[in-house]
Amino acid sequence: MTDALLQVRGLAKRYGPITIVENISFDLHRGEVLGIVGESGSGKTTIARALLRLIEPSAGSVQFAGQNLATLPARALRPLRARLQYVFQDPYSSLSPRMTVGEILTEGLRIQGIGPQAARLARARQALADVELPDDAINRYAHEFSGGQRQRIGIARALALQPEVLVADEPVSALDVSIQAQVINLLRGLQQRLGLAMLFISHDLAVVEYLCDRVMVLYLGRIMELAPSDRLYSQPAHPYTRALLAAVPQPDPARRGHRHLLAGDIPSAAAPPSGCVFRTRCPNAQPECAANVPSLREIAPGHWKACLRDDLPA
Amino acid sequence: MAARSQGPMRRALGRFASNPAALAGLAILLPLLLAVIAYPLWLHFGPNDVDLMARNAPPGAAHWLGTDGVGRDVLARLMQGGRTSLLVAVLSVSLSLAIGFVVGALAAFGDRWADSIAMRCVDLAMTLPPVILLLVLASIIGTGIGPTVWVIALLSWPVLARMVRARLLEVRERDFVIAARGMGAGTLHLLFRHGLPNAIDIMVVYATLQIANAILLEAGLSFLGLGIPPPAASWGNMMNAAQSTVVLEQYVWQWMSPGATLVLTVLAINFIGDGLRDAFDPRSGLN
Repeated sequence: MTDALLQVRGLAKRYGPITIVENISFDLHRGEVLGIVGESGSGKTTIARALLRLIEPSAGSVQFAGQNLATLPARALRPLRARLQYVFQDPYSSLSPRMTVGEILTEGLRIQGIGPQAARLARARQALADVELPDDAINRYAHEFSGGQRQRIGIARALALQPEVLVADEPVSALDVSIQAQVINLLRGLQQRLGLAMLFISHDLAVVEYLCDRVMVLYLGRIMELAPSDRLYSQPAHPYTRALLAAVPQPDPARRGHRHLLAGDIPSAAAPPSGCVFRTRCPNAQPECAANVPSLREIAPGHWKACLRDDLPA
Repeated sequence: MAARSQGPMRRALGRFASNPAALAGLAILLPLLLAVIAYPLWLHFGPNDVDLMARNAPPGAAHWLGTDGVGRDVLARLMQGGRTSLLVAVLSVSLSLAIGFVVGALAAFGDRWADSIAMRCVDLAMTLPPVILLLVLASIIGTGIGPTVWVIALLSWPVLARMVRARLLEVRERDFVIAARGMGAGTLHLLFRHGLPNAIDIMVVYATLQIANAILLEAGLSFLGLGIPPPAASWGNMMNAAQSTVVLEQYVWQWMSPGATLVLTVLAINFIGDGLRDAFDPRSGLN
């Protein structure tokens, strides 16, 4: 498709000889929610931050609004930054302890030189209303709020800039389970009402299924599978995706099938396996998996996988 | 509009106000400061008024702290000397705060090159032996208030630069700073909206403790004849008179009063500095 809002091609991040993520390519469309799932250390946050140039990507391009964000000089990048905003995982360190909520919410507008102070405050109040926090929160400090409320402030800060793309980096994993659902529903409502394109990073497969239109499965910094979420959950094609889905707790005993649980841990990024990086834990690995790096192939419209074996039973 | 609620600064001041030693320091320093600033209003002697009828006079009804060898009122010189000493201290500490913060912040928020260059300058400035540097600088750029301020400032900024850098290296990686970068913030915004507020505690503590230090340095320089030259008064050059054995033994009031005032002032400022340090320490409220 050519009308993608964000086109990522061959994005990579290396620290010296260590490759954290490699050859990440995907499109993000207007109003779409793309989920990124993977274990700890699979490079989810690295992709999100390299995408927004919060860290410098080592290779690849990120096309947005006719510009390549990956190589744009810092000065030219600045005005574009307002259009792509980030929601952090940790609601405690993501808000300055020395600023009132009003200062936090107007900071981006001030940086971008948008409006007089009165207009900025009006936008901040609107953002507070959007995340369903009371108006008088504006004069209080972040430490006076609970984790869930702080996460709402973090979301409001991103929304105050009226972005087109929202990158949410595990926005609920630091919250109590009872609060998670509230924040997830809030994000979903905002995304639909404002028509945001959203990159939603999580390791919670249930949340991703609920929220996302498409899902990207990541392992050791490589894309394993990328598919529309109903298809990914009903017909996972990659052994890793199947293992992930099998590991989701299933409350109904009748629906518990045979489970392939993965043994061992994710390998070190400093010494990745040759060929397919998943082969050391894959129940279906063959000798050829060690020799060839599987490319990401489209096996059905919109359904991509990086696995050599097409002979596995569905 | 509802009132702003208590920020971190207000809570720190609350902790400060419940520290008896710090309050004692304030109780000593504030009246002294007031007396020094307002002394022409309540003292009818000038610092250089000569009373030839009362040379080396002991403390009494006319001259509360006595007079010196040429008949000048010691109390008047003490007050004027306090103005000089405190002015030198405040100016030199302001200067070293500015240099120390900018160098430390550039090292922390700049690229690797800026960091290396700034830190090597700090290393260089810290390896110079202080007393010899003082003597050399004082003999090159001369004596007087201006040069003394510069000498003290140039000697004291590197410690602050290191502390600021260490703090800001940590602040730089905090999510709210990354968020500011993600919203397009430039170095100046990061420096003054996030760097300065999160380093203000160490700067306040450093400033108070350093003011005490600067008063002592000024006194030392003036005592050696390299600080504030006579006939201007400073606490250091008043004590210079004690180099004479006669003064030291017989005219005790001439050096005892500036000495005692100096000790009292430095002590008070150190109490305040310690109080501020405890007040800003987030762990201090817990026990």
